[in-house]
Amino acid sequence: MAKEVILSAKAISIRAKRRKLAEKVFVVIAFISLLAVLFTLIQLLSSVFVKGLKWLDLQFLTSPPSRFPEKTGIYPALIGSTWLIVLTIAIAVPIGVASAIFLEEYSGKSRISRSLDIIIGNLAGIPSIIYGIFGLAIFVRYLHLGRSILAGALTLSLLILPVIIISTREAIRAVPRGLREISYALGATKWQTIRYVVLPVSSRWIATSVILSIARVIGETAPLIAIGALSFIMTTPRSVFDPFTALTIQIYTWLSKPQQDFKEIAAAGIIVLLLLFGFFMAIGSAVRYRAGKFKE
Amino acid sequence: MMARLLDRKKIASLKERAIVSILAASSFLSIIVTVALTLILFTEAIIFFEKVSLKEFLTGTKWAPLFYDPSFGVLPLVAGTFLTTMIAIVIALPLGLIIAIYLSEYSNKKFRHYVKIFLEFLYSIPTIVYGYLALVVFTPFLKKYIPVEIFNAFSASVMMGVMILPIIASLSEEAFSSVPKDLREASLALGATRLDTVLKVVLPYSVSGVLASVILAVSRAIGETMIVAVAAGSTPNFTLNPFVSVQTMTAYIAQVSMGDTPFGSIEYASIYAVGFLLFVITFTLNYLSRVVFRWQKK
Repeated sequence: MAKEVILSAKAISIRAKRRKLAEKVFVVIAFISLLAVLFTLIQLLSSVFVKGLKWLDLQFLTSPPSRFPEKTGIYPALIGSTWLIVLTIAIAVPIGVASAIFLEEYSGKSRISRSLDIIIGNLAGIPSIIYGIFGLAIFVRYLHLGRSILAGALTLSLLILPVIIISTREAIRAVPRGLREISYALGATKWQTIRYVVLPVSSRWIATSVILSIARVIGETAPLIAIGALSFIMTTPRSVFDPFTALTIQIYTWLSKPQQDFKEIAAAGIIVLLLLFGFFMAIGSAVRYRAGKFKE
Repeated sequence: MMARLLDRKKIASLKERAIVSILAASSFLSIIVTVALTLILFTEAIIFFEKVSLKEFLTGTKWAPLFYDPSFGVLPLVAGTFLTTMIAIVIALPLGLIIAIYLSEYSNKKFRHYVKIFLEFLYSIPTIVYGYLALVVFTPFLKKYIPVEIFNAFSASVMMGVMILPIIASLSEEAFSSVPKDLREASLALGATRLDTVLKVVLPYSVSGVLASVILAVSRAIGETMIVAVAAGSTPNFTLNPFVSVQTMTAYIAQVSMGDTPFGSIEYASIYAVGFLLFVITFTLNYLSRVVFRWQKK
């Protein structure tokens, strides 16, 4: 009897040791997988820099595209992307913020508000290429905007609108109730409270969402391809009705060429793209961090 | 004096009402966009289905819209999409889960914070960059070991796996973190190791959250365009062989809209038929993901 107990106690301790070992093995595996993802990414990105850096010079930044690798450049694409960013933000942000204010402050928990919630959630999940062919039909064809900057910006605005609405709603929701009540107690109307209390308090969060949207607009490719922004553009656009090219589109064009040189030039384009993208992501994260979203 | 004050109040309330209607109008734009988008996809797809039967579209195994004798069976495009998505999930799911478990159960707050920023960055990298990496870096590397075509489903899928990994890792981590502390502590108090607790308490409790994250990741992978358009090729192959060139639904739409396809032609209409199918699939998946996610909340 006593012998059996001792044996099973031994067995238990062996099992406990095994379980502890299993746990240690898991932690090691988990840590290695995390590092693997990190290092793969660093490895891949560094290969972009190695390939692209030698083509990246002032000439590259200030020249139009050319069929000669040594003469080609990214200037019209840079200008095109800038136009796109400015226009898209100018269109999408006011509408998005207005919509978020309505949903958060005015519509309450009504049925309309709940269905709008679902609708906006759905819009956020639609693949970007579908926005592209929608823009192609609506803006390019029916509204006769052609394959212009305006058509591109409108298409991208629809794409980022749900994202801006959702993040702005979160920002507005985070404003403490007490602040609103102080404002009401001083006799302010609802709109005055929103205008002078809620918006200023949540402005940093809203700014974050705007900056992150800029990063998204810089990197978006598929919808622009769909509306046909792929033409070989030598000149910079003069108005919003002109055809255009963008950074991502230019990179895609280079990638589609068979010559090895153009693959490396695409890498140079990607460096420019990643620097711009990283710049806005970093600013966005910094503003959010200072706004205290992650201060637990 | 009193009258003046009242007047000002009236004006103020008029102004408020005007503002509210502007705000409401902005909100209703989302409804208009939804309706218009569905309508456009539907009406343009109808033009396509006047020429090609729904049966041929959904069951045909040959997709050759540009041939003299064109055929419009969408299955090769669906197969391409299915193939790339499945490989991406097979890569992203185990890695994503392991990272999520590590973050929620083992790592400290600071480390978790930085890893989550890194994951967010990973997810928002422009997908053309992943396309480039697949085509120019990963495929040549693969070629040293396996005979693959220049454009192949596998390279694109691996990069797509990296792209969707953050969705699974981030959302699963949130699901794990929402498991009540008592349950964990009860398990630990009984002498279970942390790993036992994860496998027998945390995972079963948050299985719906994990499932929701996977469905969402699948939906994103299906809708992703640039990685497959750049690296997976443009050959509608009815195959599940990952080492040859395939074409996904999204890549087809990109390919056709890129060229100067005349409005009103059958190829032009076909992108809306494919787009409509893509819309239905991703919409259903997103809906499912939300339903599954709600199980956990109950």
